[in-house]
Amino acid sequence: ALAVLLWALRAGGTELTFELPDNARQCFHQQLERGTKFTLDYQVITGGHYDVDCSVEDPNGRTLYKEAKKQYDSFPHRAELEGVYTFCFSNEFSTFSHKTIYFDFQVGEEPPILPAMSNRVTALTQMESACVTIHEALNAVIDSQTHYRLREAQDRSRAEDLNSRVSYWSVGETFILFVVSIGQVVLLKSFFTEKRPGSSRAGT
Amino acid sequence: LALYFHSGEREEKCIIEDIPSDILVMGNYKVQRWDTHKQDFLESAPGLGMFVTVTSPSADVLLSKLYGPQGTFSFTSELSGEHIICLQSNSTRFVAFAGSKLRIHLDIRVGEHFLDESVVQAKDKVNEVNIRLEHIIEQIHHVTKEQNYEREREEKFRKTSEETNSNILWWAIVQTLILISVGIWQIKSLRDFFISKKLV
Repeated sequence: ALAVLLWALRAGGTELTFELPDNARQCFHQQLERGTKFTLDYQVITGGHYDVDCSVEDPNGRTLYKEAKKQYDSFPHRAELEGVYTFCFSNEFSTFSHKTIYFDFQVGEEPPILPAMSNRVTALTQMESACVTIHEALNAVIDSQTHYRLREAQDRSRAEDLNSRVSYWSVGETFILFVVSIGQVVLLKSFFTEKRPGSSRAGT
Repeated sequence: LALYFHSGEREEKCIIEDIPSDILVMGNYKVQRWDTHKQDFLESAPGLGMFVTVTSPSADVLLSKLYGPQGTFSFTSELSGEHIICLQSNSTRFVAFAGSKLRIHLDIRVGEHFLDESVVQAKDKVNEVNIRLEHIIEQIHHVTKEQNYEREREEKFRKTSEETNSNILWWAIVQTLILISVGIWQIKSLRDFFISKKLV
């Protein structure tokens, strides 16, 4: 029975990066068994104010998680019912910025890498212990790499936005500077030239 | 299969994968069509196929093939960067059917190194450890590739930030100079004007 249980707890999952156009909503569905643990991590990488609405519903349509305008979040949950769970990302509040969204939907738990590790009579050999340690360390590396990759992508996107905004605003301001200063002089001159030459004489 | 999502009949759905060069990406999909009579998705729809298009970061097309309702595709990245994987059905039906949609099951695996479990379950313990160690070494090479790519991206990021910084400084100086020179021109021009109008 224990072996069957270990077999059922397979770690699986999907991570995807996709573009969500403005005013759009994209939903994903996954069939889950009862009692399965799952975690939904998501992050907005590029676009607008880097925020998105997210909601998770169980097979009966009950809302398990609903957040608006979040930049990133992690939602762990245990499936109470068997059926199709739905999670949706919405950019409906945005009129012109499309967003790039990354999400990672992990299902189940990691099975032990050494078979029959739990019901051993003898202790693990040094080799086996070393393997387990390396495995756990590599898992930590995966998480760390993903985290840094996303943070870097988001920060680079912000930096590029900033750069183009600085350029546009600088050119615009320079243009306005010229227009306003030349305009001021022309306007002042026009006040004086409209009057008759005689009345423009001040008292000497 | 794993995750699924819905799409219009002629709609193209794309996935972005930002990966280093020389990485094998494998995709697995299954597509079902909505049947308005049965009000459910058909298990199999003959003639339904999906165009899978993979675009490299330099806008070259790495893969562009038509597969059946269920298929596996793979490609190896040549350049580092954002690769775009697009799926579009080959349905020629006009979008006149209300509620006509597709259900696409999708699973994409990046740089996974497959351990042949049957080979590993050898009776020879040393051999098993040997194979597992080779697998770990391959995975660590993948980690190294990702890290090198990360270094490239961080360099680009740093260049952008430094460019922004010098942009701001340069424009501030230019605008101050313009302000000063335009101010002087204004005063001179007005003074000359008033002198000519015999006000001063």
